Amino acid sequence: MYDFDFVTPASLAEAAAALEDPEAMALGGGQTLIPTLRARLAMPSKLVSLAGLAEIRGICEDDDGRLCIGGATTHGAIARDAAERFSGLAGLAQRIGDPAVRNRGTLGGSVANNDPAACYPAAILATGATVVTHRREIAAGDFFQGMFTTALDEGEIVTEVRFPVPRRSAYQKFEQPASRFALVGVFVAEMADGAVGVGVTGAAEEGGFRWEAAEAALAARFDPAALEGLSHPAEGLISDIHGDAAYRAHLIGVMTRRAVAAAA
Amino acid sequence: MSDTGIGARVKRKEDKRFITGKGRYTDDVRVDNQAYAAFVRSPHAHARVNGIDTSAAEGMEGVIAVLNGNQLTGDGIGNLICGWAVSSKDGSPMNMGPWSALATDRVRFVGDAVAVVIAESQALARIAAEAVEVDYEELPAVVQADKALADGAPQVHDNAPGNLIYDWEIGDAAATDAALEGAHHITEMKVVNQRLSPNPMEPRSAVAIFDTAEDHYTLYTTSQNPHLARLVLSAFYNVAPEHKLRVIAPDVGGGFGAKIYIYPEEITCLWASMKTGRSVKWTGDRAESFMTDMHGRDHITTARMGFDADGKITGFKVDTIANFGAYMSLFSSAVPTYLYATLLSGQYDIANIHCNVRAVYTNTVPVDAYRGAGRPEACFLIERMMETAAREMGTDPGELRRKNFIDTFPHETPVIMTYDAGDFSGNLDKAKAAADVAGFAQRRAEAESRGKLRGLGYSCYIEACGIAPSAAVGSLGAGVGLWESAEVRVNPVGTIEVLTGSHSHGQGHETTFAQIVAERFSQPIENVSIVHGDTDKVQFGMGTYGSRSGAVGMSAIVKAMDKVEAKVKKIAAHTLEASEDDIVIEGGVVKVAGTDREMGWHEVGLAAYTGHNLPDGMEPGLKEGAFYDPVNFTFPAGCYIAEVEIDPDTGDCKVVQFTAADDFGTIINPMIVEGQVHGGVAQGIGQAMLERVVYDDDGQLITGSYMDYQMPRAEDVPFLTIEHNTTVCPNNPLGIKGCGEAGAIGAPPAVINAITDAIGDNDIQMPATAQKIWRALKGRQTAMAAE
Ligand SMILES: Cc1cc2nc3c(=O)[nH]c(=O)nc-3n(C[C@H](O)[C@H](O)[C@H](O)COP(=O)(O)OP(=O)(O)OC[C@H]3O[C@@H](n4cnc5c(N)ncnc54)[C@H](O)[C@@H]3O)c2cc1C
Repeated sequence: MYDFDFVTPASLAEAAAALEDPEAMALGGGQTLIPTLRARLAMPSKLVSLAGLAEIRGICEDDDGRLCIGGATTHGAIARDAAERFSGLAGLAQRIGDPAVRNRGTLGGSVANNDPAACYPAAILATGATVVTHRREIAAGDFFQGMFTTALDEGEIVTEVRFPVPRRSAYQKFEQPASRFALVGVFVAEMADGAVGVGVTGAAEEGGFRWEAAEAALAARFDPAALEGLSHPAEGLISDIHGDAAYRAHLIGVMTRRAVAAAA
Repeated sequence: MSDTGIGARVKRKEDKRFITGKGRYTDDVRVDNQAYAAFVRSPHAHARVNGIDTSAAEGMEGVIAVLNGNQLTGDGIGNLICGWAVSSKDGSPMNMGPWSALATDRVRFVGDAVAVVIAESQALARIAAEAVEVDYEELPAVVQADKALADGAPQVHDNAPGNLIYDWEIGDAAATDAALEGAHHITEMKVVNQRLSPNPMEPRSAVAIFDTAEDHYTLYTTSQNPHLARLVLSAFYNVAPEHKLRVIAPDVGGGFGAKIYIYPEEITCLWASMKTGRSVKWTGDRAESFMTDMHGRDHITTARMGFDADGKITGFKVDTIANFGAYMSLFSSAVPTYLYATLLSGQYDIANIHCNVRAVYTNTVPVDAYRGAGRPEACFLIERMMETAAREMGTDPGELRRKNFIDTFPHETPVIMTYDAGDFSGNLDKAKAAADVAGFAQRRAEAESRGKLRGLGYSCYIEACGIAPSAAVGSLGAGVGLWESAEVRVNPVGTIEVLTGSHSHGQGHETTFAQIVAERFSQPIENVSIVHGDTDKVQFGMGTYGSRSGAVGMSAIVKAMDKVEAKVKKIAAHTLEASEDDIVIEGGVVKVAGTDREMGWHEVGLAAYTGHNLPDGMEPGLKEGAFYDPVNFTFPAGCYIAEVEIDPDTGDCKVVQFTAADDFGTIINPMIVEGQVHGGVAQGIGQAMLERVVYDDDGQLITGSYMDYQMPRAEDVPFLTIEHNTTVCPNNPLGIKGCGEAGAIGAPPAVINAITDAIGDNDIQMPATAQKIWRALKGRQTAMAAE
């Protein structure tokens, strides 16, 4: 780890101001960033901690009935506090890492990082959620732009994610055996209007994506049987020591069926 | 049995400090004038070093010195060595390539050190290390052992043509070929025993302190054998004569073999301490552990086993290629030869065995002994062969084994081991009963109703522990003797200190060793302390590896206690005016048997040290030392039965039941022994299903962190059923065989045999990942559909 300054802003405005410095980086729960620093893969001159900002922490509902989760809300808090209103998302959060990771790591940090094996992108894409920053609102489809790349500008803080709450939903994750991130994770959501979202993570170099063929099949009939005969192509999927593209393609099918079964 | 003596589940005395965070590890050592080392490591698997420019680093904040390999060799520091000479079958000596602690002209694996920065803090040292510019000329690299032997493969060492270190054999090739020729059935397999990273919880660390006034060095280090470290550092690496070098291995957080060896970093820290006049500390991070701790296993083997019409084994022919990595580590040569091929008879009466072993260099981390060391590779091969043969011949795998078990002892195998005692059928019976093998069909059917495939697999392992008779291993090429030492000191107040040459890095010696002393002298266990790990305190000893501390280390303590007891009896007989033969030590006192004439234990101690009234000619004091040299190896053996359940949709596999019936000889502390089995089986399950070191074709380490290297976790290991079926070892005073490696040796074949049973496809190599299992199932479906 290289030396850096540590800033604990008292408000979102102060945090935003501190992050104007191009050498500064936001620190959420540090579950990704601190190991990155320790591996000497990043050299910020300044870390701006978001952990103390009550303004961007916690869960509420907006007038459209969307669940609004602050960017500095931990996975643990989501697992607990979203369980009643959005059990699919709470279940997803509950299976991130271990208790130490869940009690520190945040939604905003995960979304901003956009690890291609991270879990939330599947839910955000499946529900068509909106990522809110201190500057603007960004639709799910526009936000994730490939492995570790997002629509965020430098210094832009994820303050909230607004989730339309599905009628029913579930997340199924097949773990990469070492890291226990998603080798393949699938979030299935049947929305209030009957549309179905299927968000897939872990499988593609480009990160999370929607499996539209499955969405169409499930919109017609929300039942695992509706997926019969449907398989995801292996092209464009990740091949690494933990699983090749064909295996990942197969797992997308299995996890999707299981997510539908779990949601039903 | 007393509540603290042999056989008692005494809670570990050392755990108070460990679980309250008061353990004192090497990295906890802080001395005045502390400086820190950071190593400049090769990013290439194979390259020529054309130059090192240290000027930028030297000018940086806090940098004390930047040192390189030419300076190190210029100061007379010797190359690292392999201390066990194994010759090829044509009589030629093994080809040991040069290994300098800091590479001078060539680097041979990713992580090979080329320079070291000494600075005022670890952070400054690391920053400066990044500023050292090394001019590398990349060379082609080779990673896989079989590819290293191929024509035209990149050459790792100039003096090892074809990358061949030795081409060795054991057993009678012609007789084995003839036996196979006439066999009724032959089972043939190719088995890969994949490369593993040992992963002790505490990374390696060294603190080197040079005393300019005394020309004396002190080294705190993460070692399983501090005396051996001192000997090698002194006699071979030329750091300092032994009396000018003190090696201390304080609390050590796990070793598994990886901390037997003396590494470039320790040598460099000692030398750098002299060079800079500062004490130098280095603690590896986890990335350095993966990149530089000696790896284990990495064998490719083809084998043929012949059976007669009755299912008796007639011959076993084995051909193994062992990957040694870039350099020959300290005991590397012995692992695939005397620790592997000599165990190829397993638990079976096999008249003809032949094994050929080719050891090869590759551009990877060196490979040496890792929990089990050679024996897991032997056991895995034999037990996979037996299970496969049973399936091929349509017989019960347990009964095929039983038919071939050795049942008279001593038994001499064709691969130079003499098994001294055992009850292999009894182990099998105990395991079968405890595992409820009879109820398996029902469990399998029940699993099927849940959509799961259930399988059961056996493993009947045997290993050789308690290494080893010094003359025997000497005749086989070992550079050292493998005895152990002990000193038992009874203090004037009667408390007892035992100085042992064994070293505890998780094994619980402070408890187990104290138990045998407390029982023998009828003293409270709290009055016994075990001293180890410091060459200034403890007489020369050989350290802990190969499950030797019980069988060899405790035997030395027993020998020393015999001498103490004899003197105690003499003193008591003199004081109590009785015959020595009538003196007994019991109930905490020393007394004349059958009378009320007695002395407190402490009174004997006091009498010995005051010297006021001792028998004529007796020296004062009460302290005795002993060296114990075993007369044979010991042979722990057992039967393990694993059951797995597989999700056919994904290939996901769980070990759902695991039964171990072990014969460890006498057990001192069953709780600690069970703990060893737990850990060993967890590592065995890790090898079977999870762990593997992966390099890409260029020699870059892919599994360089826990994001990619999968250690077993609690959820990967079921609750274990542990049974003991004890036959006492006839060759040492306590009857101990050893238990430290059994789990890691016996578990992998049991698990793989269970998996292959569940999926009906025998061709699965470790680790049996979900993907491999799924693919095997898919292949089977395709094949069945085609039929
Ligand atoms: C052992 C382990 C297991 C894990 N398993 C999983 C898993 O199964 N699934 C999964 O999805 N994740 C997993 N993670 C990752 C975890 O979810 C992290 O918490 C998350 O990826 C990053 O969140 P953080 O708050 O810790 O962010 P940090 O590490 O603090 O920051 C990560 C990045 O995001 C930026 N950042 C942080 N907060 C914000 C913000 N509000 N706005 C803008 N930028 C911000 C930082 O500058 C940095 O670039 C695991 C992590 C560990 C250590």
